[in-house]
Amino acid sequence: MKILSINGPIIKADNDGSIRMREMVKVGDFGLIGEVIELQQEHAVIQVYEDTTGVKVNEKVEALKYPLSVTLGPGLLGGIFDGIGRPLKKFSENGFIERGLYPFPLDGDKQYDFISEMKKGDEVSEGMHLGHIIEMSLKHYIMVPPGVTGIIGDIFPGKRKVEDIFCTIELDHDDPLEIRGFHKWPVRKKRPVNERLSMNEPFFTGQRVLDFLFPIPRGGVAAVPGGFGAGKTVLQHSIAKWSNADIIIYVGCGERGNEIAQILEEFPTLKDPRSGRSLMERTIIIANTSNMPVTARESSIYTGITMAEYYRDMGYNVTILADSTSRWAEALRELSSRLEEIPAEEGYPAYLASRLAEYYERAGSFKTLSGKTGSITAIGAVSPQGADFSEPVTQHTKRFVRSFWALDKSLASAKHFPAVSWKISYSEYGEEVVDWWKLNANVDWNSMRTTLTEILQDADKLENIIKIVGFESLPDREKLTVLSSNLIKKGFLQQNSYDPVDSFCLPEKQVKIAQALIYFHSRSAEMMNDGDSFNKINKSEAIDKIQRLKFIPFPSAEFDSTLDEINTELEGKQ
Amino acid sequence: MKYRKYYTSIKKVWGPLMIVEGVEDVPYGVFTSIVLPDGTERKGQVLAVNGTEAVVQIFEGTGDIDTDHSGIHFSTEPFKVGVTESMKGRILDAYGKPRDGLKPIVAKTTRDINGRPINPYHRTYPHDFIQTGISVIDGLVTLIRGQKLPIFSGAGLPHYDLALEIAKNARLKDDNEKMIVIFVAMGIKHDDAIKFYRSFEADSKLDKVILFFNLADDPPMERLIIPRTALTTAEYFAFEKDYQVLVIMSDITNYCEALREISSAREEVPSRKGYPGYLYSDLASLYERAGRMRGRKGSISQIPILTMPNDDITHPIPDLTGYITEGQIVISRELNHRGIFPPVDILPSLSRLMKDGIGKEYTRADHPHLAAQIYAAYSYSQDVKMISTVIGEEELSPTDRKYLEFSRIFEEKFLNQKRGAYHSMEKTLEIAWEALKVLPRRELSKFTKEELDKYYD
Ligand SMILES: Nc1ncnc2c1ncn2[C@@H]1O[C@H](COP(=O)(O)OP(=O)(O)OP(=O)(O)O)[C@@H](O)[C@H]1O
Ligand SMILES: [Mg+2]
Repeated sequence: MKILSINGPIIKADNDGSIRMREMVKVGDFGLIGEVIELQQEHAVIQVYEDTTGVKVNEKVEALKYPLSVTLGPGLLGGIFDGIGRPLKKFSENGFIERGLYPFPLDGDKQYDFISEMKKGDEVSEGMHLGHIIEMSLKHYIMVPPGVTGIIGDIFPGKRKVEDIFCTIELDHDDPLEIRGFHKWPVRKKRPVNERLSMNEPFFTGQRVLDFLFPIPRGGVAAVPGGFGAGKTVLQHSIAKWSNADIIIYVGCGERGNEIAQILEEFPTLKDPRSGRSLMERTIIIANTSNMPVTARESSIYTGITMAEYYRDMGYNVTILADSTSRWAEALRELSSRLEEIPAEEGYPAYLASRLAEYYERAGSFKTLSGKTGSITAIGAVSPQGADFSEPVTQHTKRFVRSFWALDKSLASAKHFPAVSWKISYSEYGEEVVDWWKLNANVDWNSMRTTLTEILQDADKLENIIKIVGFESLPDREKLTVLSSNLIKKGFLQQNSYDPVDSFCLPEKQVKIAQALIYFHSRSAEMMNDGDSFNKINKSEAIDKIQRLKFIPFPSAEFDSTLDEINTELEGKQ
Repeated sequence: MKYRKYYTSIKKVWGPLMIVEGVEDVPYGVFTSIVLPDGTERKGQVLAVNGTEAVVQIFEGTGDIDTDHSGIHFSTEPFKVGVTESMKGRILDAYGKPRDGLKPIVAKTTRDINGRPINPYHRTYPHDFIQTGISVIDGLVTLIRGQKLPIFSGAGLPHYDLALEIAKNARLKDDNEKMIVIFVAMGIKHDDAIKFYRSFEADSKLDKVILFFNLADDPPMERLIIPRTALTTAEYFAFEKDYQVLVIMSDITNYCEALREISSAREEVPSRKGYPGYLYSDLASLYERAGRMRGRKGSISQIPILTMPNDDITHPIPDLTGYITEGQIVISRELNHRGIFPPVDILPSLSRLMKDGIGKEYTRADHPHLAAQIYAAYSYSQDVKMISTVIGEEELSPTDRKYLEFSRIFEEKFLNQKRGAYHSMEKTLEIAWEALKVLPRRELSKFTKEELDKYYD
């Protein structure tokens, strides 16, 4: 096939009849990677994943006979890949992205110790675990590929490299299948599962405002919309660091290079608070920054979620963070406009909503083909133009997520972080997590959450009145509402990501602080009923102590004794 | 430039574009030179190739081009600029040619002005701050080497004065390091541009600056290449010659308008306000050229300047810029009216990289909390101010009245600074504490007890 025309990342080539929709191609003398995205009798439209500068009409296009795929196997953890899964660590030393390079994404030289879990003659079917190796310190299962049923011909435990044969499977009507340490999977096709499960375990982000007010279960989906500088990236980084996921896939999709550099610098030095291991060991980065080709930005979230599905199939709880889905949507828009498709709202293609749905639907809690439980929790940042949430990407995303963590620019500029608005955020996952709190923390989480939200809402209403008459003119009861609400904001909702202690908060600690706040409020109301003035309550030493609880390490004797002091203080005022 | 093919088959000319037919082997994206009937030349670039037709964008205007007598040369590569250390002190145009009437630049090395994206794996995260001597910047929106920190301003506001103060005062921790300022004028007035030159000249510091000029009456399409030429020069100085480079680009709004013109001539589907859907990616291809790289000593920091149409921060240009850059310095018309310089509105301003470049190891241990506290207090004091205009200052609680006083001291002493006065970091932090001390101790919730014990009492 030959190139007919070139328009930025979109080229046309003549169709000789041999090429298929969604097939990968090599374009021109530079051998750039492309994908067929439209097929007509006479020509094929190809989106090229690399810069096309210098490509000429009549240069040849070579069909590769497979769809856009990502290489899956041991060695992904701790790695960094571009939007089509190329290993950025293996690019040339001069530090800039070169074209036409496709190094093998995994470490082909590394020896693993393959522990087989099956033997010759065993009957196997798709998804079953043949055995495992240790990747970082995680069991990485070598699995029977989807669609395959047969009998194990040979299995080779012991020292293996990823490209070696680990096992052969005798098939009914075909040559034996060789199973290596890696395989390729088309990124746009979801990996099969046994069934979708209902969700009942909270995904703990370590951020109080999320875990307590707007929770999400393992397998849930959440969106983080917010204007520039509202804190989307910091929040996602915090979740990547401190959440209780087994594996984190961070997709830097059309955002800043320095943010990727920051992860690379920081994560290896931090420890997973639960396993005690370096955070980088559970993290995979897909980095397709804003200045890298937009076509590869479009594919980056699929590359990420395919890797997520791969580890889910082994029975892990994977969290995929995409920053930012708006940049992905803009890539769609740019490509759609080059194809001269008829736009829907604001130039976005009409299929924006269905693509978003397809992506978020790949998250969930599942029974895998091997019968294990695994989950994919998906959290996507949204960057609305002008911080206006009525724009198409935010609106469509809202249809497919059940937790909406709206970041408010005015909170951010007042340095109230995370700037999650308690007014417009929501979570529809209350049902899924409530039992966990009952069983594990022995609290009526729902009523605590309601109490906190009510105080905040009451204070919000008073805010308008204060603007007219001033705080001093409020009755004492209402002054207390404002005071308690401020305490909740400062002592509970706000969480500084850079604080050595408060950057994350265990659920047990969240409960204790919430209890102290609620007790303060009800006890003060009681005291005022008994005749105490607001001014007296406002002088209580307890206030400062409650505010500082979050900074005290937990569990610790200091935390307990501070709690005791707060209680004594409040009770003593009788 | 090497040219290979020459054609006279111009089919169509419109806006800044033309179509040449019957072409063969023309690579996408290469540089072209159009020859007019009178022999003058206009530079251009291939925007698309469709069979035997090439769409060419002309940088220097399409006026006087005709279909019968004009011709076009196609080169074999994209536009390249010659780079050399002898560019220092010079005023150059979009193509790296002198505009100062002095001798031509002779360079052995040439570079594609589009550059290549930095491999994110090869970046190093920025940490070292650049001291500007301006309290509000050093204290609250600290500039870090390798950062892109734009100034969001409005027509008639003193953004050039601020940029110039920063450019001239900028100091590195280590005096032995080499530093250079690259100033890129895109469609700005001659007087504003030359002010930069004069000011460096007056201090005999011309060897610390390179200027690229596309002025208000120069061809608008050249605004699309001049920042790339300048950034390519910056990359040479930073990554090959170990300089700490500060690139000041003004005015991004003019750049975006040139981009919009091309886009509408090509009849592309616009997104907001007629700007093309790829405005974000296009701006990113400039801004993301800031940074530091593994194993290299130099850095590129950027201060893009943009005047917000109608002072509207939600306009696509500031909005998309804010989504790419690492913070922003927002100039306030109100503060400027009140004679405060630099009139920086700190609430919408932000330096995202400062947290990793300040504090114990870099400036002083209490700096991060101090900055957070000032922001929180100033933000609250603005609410109080609003309320007090309704209910009167007397009706405010005693604490709220303290906040008003804080805000007064902060604006008059901390923000406001004599031009040319260089504040040390110590002094900056000291004034900040002076303002905060007006507030009751309990209000200062961002500090640790130890910090309060040390600085508050
Ligand atoms: N939880 C937090 N604790 C402390 N500071 C925070 C927190 N969240 C955000 N910030 C501050 O806000 C700044 C901007 O946050 P961030 O980079 O996450 O914004 P963003 O929403 O991702 O913006 P953009 O859309 O432009 O990428 C940070 O650099 C930091 O100074
Ligand atoms: Mg971000």
